[in-house]
Amino acid sequence: MKLEYADVQQTSPKQTASRSKQKWNGFYRKLKRNKIALVGGAIVLFYLLVAMLAPVLAPFDPLEIHLEKKLVPPSAEHWMGTDDKGRDILSRLMYGTQLSLAVGFVSVLIGMVFGIVLGVVAGYYGKWIDTVIMRVIDVLLAFPGILLALAIISALGPSLMNVMVAVGIFSIPTFARIVRGSTLAVKKLEYVDAVRALGASDFIIIAKHILPNIMSPIIVQATLRVATAILTAAGLSFLGLGAQPPTPEWGAMLSNGRDFLFSAPHIALFPGIAISTLVLGFNLFGDGLRDALDPRMKK
Amino acid sequence: MAEAAKQPLLEVTGLKKYFPIKGGVFGRVVQHVKAVDDISFTIYPGETVSIVGESGCGKSTTGRAILRLDEPTAGEIRFNGINLLALGKREMRRMRKDLQVIFQDPFASLNPRQTVGEILREALAIQQVVPKSQYTEKIMELLANVGMRPDSMDRYPHEFSGGQRQRIGIARALAVEPKLIVCDEAVSALDVSIQAQVLNLLKELQRKYRLAYLFISHDLGVVRHISDRVIVMYLGKIVEVADKQSLFANPQHPYTRALMSSIPLPDRRVKRERILLSGDVPSPLHPPAGCRFHTRCPYAVALCKEKAPEMKAAGETHQVACHLI
Repeated sequence: MKLEYADVQQTSPKQTASRSKQKWNGFYRKLKRNKIALVGGAIVLFYLLVAMLAPVLAPFDPLEIHLEKKLVPPSAEHWMGTDDKGRDILSRLMYGTQLSLAVGFVSVLIGMVFGIVLGVVAGYYGKWIDTVIMRVIDVLLAFPGILLALAIISALGPSLMNVMVAVGIFSIPTFARIVRGSTLAVKKLEYVDAVRALGASDFIIIAKHILPNIMSPIIVQATLRVATAILTAAGLSFLGLGAQPPTPEWGAMLSNGRDFLFSAPHIALFPGIAISTLVLGFNLFGDGLRDALDPRMKK
Repeated sequence: MAEAAKQPLLEVTGLKKYFPIKGGVFGRVVQHVKAVDDISFTIYPGETVSIVGESGCGKSTTGRAILRLDEPTAGEIRFNGINLLALGKREMRRMRKDLQVIFQDPFASLNPRQTVGEILREALAIQQVVPKSQYTEKIMELLANVGMRPDSMDRYPHEFSGGQRQRIGIARALAVEPKLIVCDEAVSALDVSIQAQVLNLLKELQRKYRLAYLFISHDLGVVRHISDRVIVMYLGKIVEVADKQSLFANPQHPYTRALMSSIPLPDRRVKRERILLSGDVPSPLHPPAGCRFHTRCPYAVALCKEKAPEMKAAGETHQVACHLI
């Protein structure tokens, strides 16, 4: 029996502790090597900080109107100038970061939760349940995202809350599809059969064995979807369907600047830059996450 | 074997498993793959019955169907006299305590995100084998039983070798104190030296806990080492069932003889007639009429193409399905 134990005593306990973290470290190293992803991460982090510290950082009240100081170009007092009602654009952008990020996260959360539930149920139970769910998803997917959002908002009425709901709903299909595919793959693995043979309920199998093993693609997708959600929400607000004045929402601010494009271009310019850099940041970061977490998904 | 007089532990009668093949625009079922087609056998407590056959003969499907991991198409599976196929989902889950499985691939059969301790604890919790306060103690005992050190508990599967992982798989199956374990190619993925260790461990555990094994393998050497009785399958059907001694000393069915002649001999000087089968295994979509082996059988006669042979006694503990015996 000496031989039998020889097979077992390969690693010392000290090595063990470091090795259980190995996976996480590998992921971190890969992400760190990807410079572009780091830039994306830095941008996202920057905006997160701005959003959290907006009340401290903002030099002016974002809603306070000073008609005597309207359309002031960027200056030492107003770094990004003022809009047609004399409100400080920098302060409005800072508060707007809170809205944009909130819309991005909340709507993706809505899409993710429903998408995961639908995808897991379809993938795990299969048969007619799968067919029914996936056909409904296909119908949702057949509409272009913005059109679907428009339809939902025209039904619910224009408000930032409804924008979150609308963007959330149109995010459901993407999540449902990814989750279904991953569930199909994981469900066939022997450890799922082994747990089933032990007599585990479907709930335990899904919650403890399937979900933890399909998290990587979900996280990657969520990061990328936040960018889309922010862009769509800004687009809807631009059209006047989202945040209502005087809310300092980026899309609405951009729309407001349209009338002064030649006389005071800074009103539209800075919200535009804010939207594109934040969206870019999330996309770069999401791509980097994908390469680090899930190399197979690389295109 | 004296077991013949005892109550059988598992009685399989007329088991069939057909996999539907869908086609056409509306996904209608157009054909069936007859993976397992009407097989019957019995396992007694404490015995090891092996199923051998080449890839695709339905041996793994048989194991999965018995465990209801794949729902059988037809037939009856009686475990301790209870018909498993008549049980509801909830009752079946409770019943699973008595029937366990060990899989082939030790790298796919453990959840990579659970530590060994969590894997075993889950098994104990699902079937409520012992009270919660005794989990740690029981896990230690299980690990010791399969020759693993107690500190393995806090480690993840990827930290172990194939042989060690297979031991963990065995410990998980043992955790619920089963009466029958289906070993689905349980040692096929391991190195030969590790195979021997794991086989000896299985034998030792069998003596200790009076387990019955349904041992599914394509490796006749392994089967010879561990079995009491052997079932030979070909294309979804049983062609021969016999005591290990009787089967290896005196194989009756032409297919079994061909299989036996493929075992390498250690002594180069001994010459043996090698029976080489021509052609491939026919598709289980359209199995040949009559005896399924007739397309490749060197002794086939006209009758073989028309009538499927019945199981016939060819000795006290030996049955064979061939017209020529």
